[in-house]
Amino acid sequence: MHFKARAGAKLADVRLQSALKKLQGNFVKGRADRVAELDNFPDIRDAAAAIRDRALANLDVWLDTFEQNATARGTVVHWAETHDDVNRIVREIAAQHGVRKVIKSKSMVTEECALNDALESAGLEVVETDLGEYILQLAKEPPSHIVAPVVHKTRDEVSDLFAEKHHAPRLTDIPALCREAREKLRPHFLSADMGVSGANFIIAETGSTLIVTNEGNGRMVTTLPKVHVAITGIEKVVPTLEDVTTLLRLLPRHGTGQSITNYISVTTGPRRAGDLDGPEHFHVILVDAGRTKLIGGDLQEMLRCIRCGACMNHCPVYQSVGGHAYGWVYPGPMGAILTPTYIGLENARDLPNAATLCGQCSVACPVKIPLPDLLRKLRERQFEQGLKPWHEVAALRAWGWLARHPSLYGVMMRIQARALKAMANREGMIRSLPFGGGWTDRRDFPAPEGRTFRELYKARSKA
Amino acid sequence: MSARANILARIRTAQGRAITVRTEERDAVAQYIAAHPQGPRPQVDADIEARFRDRALSLATTMDEVKTVADIPAAVARYLREQNLAPAAVCWPEFAGLDWAAQGLKVEARAVRGDDLVGITGAFCAIAETGTLMMCSGPDTPPATSLLPETHIAVVARRRIVTGMEDGWTLLRRERDALPRAVNFISGPSRTADIEQTVTLGAHGPYRVHLLLLS
Ligand code: SF4
Repeated sequence: MHFKARAGAKLADVRLQSALKKLQGNFVKGRADRVAELDNFPDIRDAAAAIRDRALANLDVWLDTFEQNATARGTVVHWAETHDDVNRIVREIAAQHGVRKVIKSKSMVTEECALNDALESAGLEVVETDLGEYILQLAKEPPSHIVAPVVHKTRDEVSDLFAEKHHAPRLTDIPALCREAREKLRPHFLSADMGVSGANFIIAETGSTLIVTNEGNGRMVTTLPKVHVAITGIEKVVPTLEDVTTLLRLLPRHGTGQSITNYISVTTGPRRAGDLDGPEHFHVILVDAGRTKLIGGDLQEMLRCIRCGACMNHCPVYQSVGGHAYGWVYPGPMGAILTPTYIGLENARDLPNAATLCGQCSVACPVKIPLPDLLRKLRERQFEQGLKPWHEVAALRAWGWLARHPSLYGVMMRIQARALKAMANREGMIRSLPFGGGWTDRRDFPAPEGRTFRELYKARSKA
Repeated sequence: MSARANILARIRTAQGRAITVRTEERDAVAQYIAAHPQGPRPQVDADIEARFRDRALSLATTMDEVKTVADIPAAVARYLREQNLAPAAVCWPEFAGLDWAAQGLKVEARAVRGDDLVGITGAFCAIAETGTLMMCSGPDTPPATSLLPETHIAVVARRRIVTGMEDGWTLLRRERDALPRAVNFISGPSRTADIEQTVTLGAHGPYRVHLLLLS
């Protein structure tokens, strides 16, 4: 099913619409308020974009440096070219350490890989521990937002779900629901043998991985089980601790409207001599899976992305249809660029067009990614690869030919303007437009007054 | 070829660089790391202790003051009483020698367990800009003590309040040879807003974070 069809269903979903309304108020306003705390926000934003560009310009050398420093601290670094490679590597690590139960903190890369399915089919128990992801695991649904995965669900739906899956009395109070999840998950934290996390950043200077969380589950996943596997895209490398500090001034502000998240955890290697906690084995998997397709080309800026979600929070299309309509892991403007690149333009045909190009996303983006420009480039590519529907191509060709024949163009426009005027009702509106039903289904089309611009221009310059 | 070699080669080819890394590229990276320049920092008022208090309180952290280390047990006992919490806790070894019993408290210096209700720790330093604690892991500073219990009490020396996270890293570089296994920045009790974006304190970590500012 394509975006257009899914979007229609989402627009008609009353519950989803009420859930999406909240996003505006909290995340959009939250970001604005928190950004206003920084007297030099434009400088910090420039610096953040420059930090990401510096890492991308010599990505291989920074990754190599990360690997050396991580290895020196006892971390095992793996490289995965594809999503299947990631799944295979995690399964091998699990087998090597006799793992039975895996706890996960939120990771979008593992969503790309469908890692949970891969582990479950290998006989492992997998438990998502981020509250939102846990709810989705119970509901067997994918996330609909990269920061607030369960934004599409109302409290009532969560109440029903917990009552059914936990075989417990139905609670309706949000703190009580959170307490219930905490008590269900605590035994898993204490009994799992492997923790799987993502990484918001990896730091070349120190060979560390960094995660930002609010719930504390990320800290548990990276502290309690005997094996920790951090899985992250190759583009997440940042040169130094100072650089990551600059990015951390922006990520929580743009993500959840917080000055700082509750926890920022920088982990470097496995448990050291004398430590009472921490994993005995620490693995990092660096994932390509399509990212190198963005390197070097005219879409490279997309790899600056720090996955804050601000572009979707500010997107009028996302605000109206939610994340599931985008069909794959990443929704919103960033998804409309990443999805076609990672899974192929031919598999995500209408996504580059799922935007109004209003520009709100690039205004909100903390690392200054020119998202509308990149969408436009993808649209051009679609056209070049012949992926546009034939009638659209034919219509544009015809228009192009006509536009190159100005006098004929003038005649045609005159006929059209008069024809449209004749179709208008008394208010000057057209109720239904032939070949333009998509427009007039839900609103009237204002009719031209009968003469073309050129006619009017000529008449007035004579006067 | 290995996955590693393939990925690195794809990057270099796509960016029009020869497959073998040039010495100048490595040197530039090494130099940048050696310099680790700071980015632009927002203005933070000169009174960093006031800023720290203000920010920490706004994150739902609570606070009390103690003059000397010996005053810690009394302050802990007072807080637990006020909160109606049981007078038992697990602490980091540095506080093992305090006279807890005199305050009617049962405090053990050991690895924390899943059902311990109160954890008492120190902190590496505190960050004024955001009202944050910086914690470094080590044999005597296990991170789980600040994570598993429902209540986390942290002793923070006033002179260890620094302006920003950059200053935390500077302190760490000066005092230690390398990063510890885990550096955790803690900003208030754990929370979630996953259900209807309603902020709820106490997700998987502590419900309460209480600071004792030590003169
Ligand atoms: S594209 Fe920009 S705004 Fe969107 S998630 Fe990435 S960093 Fe955030």
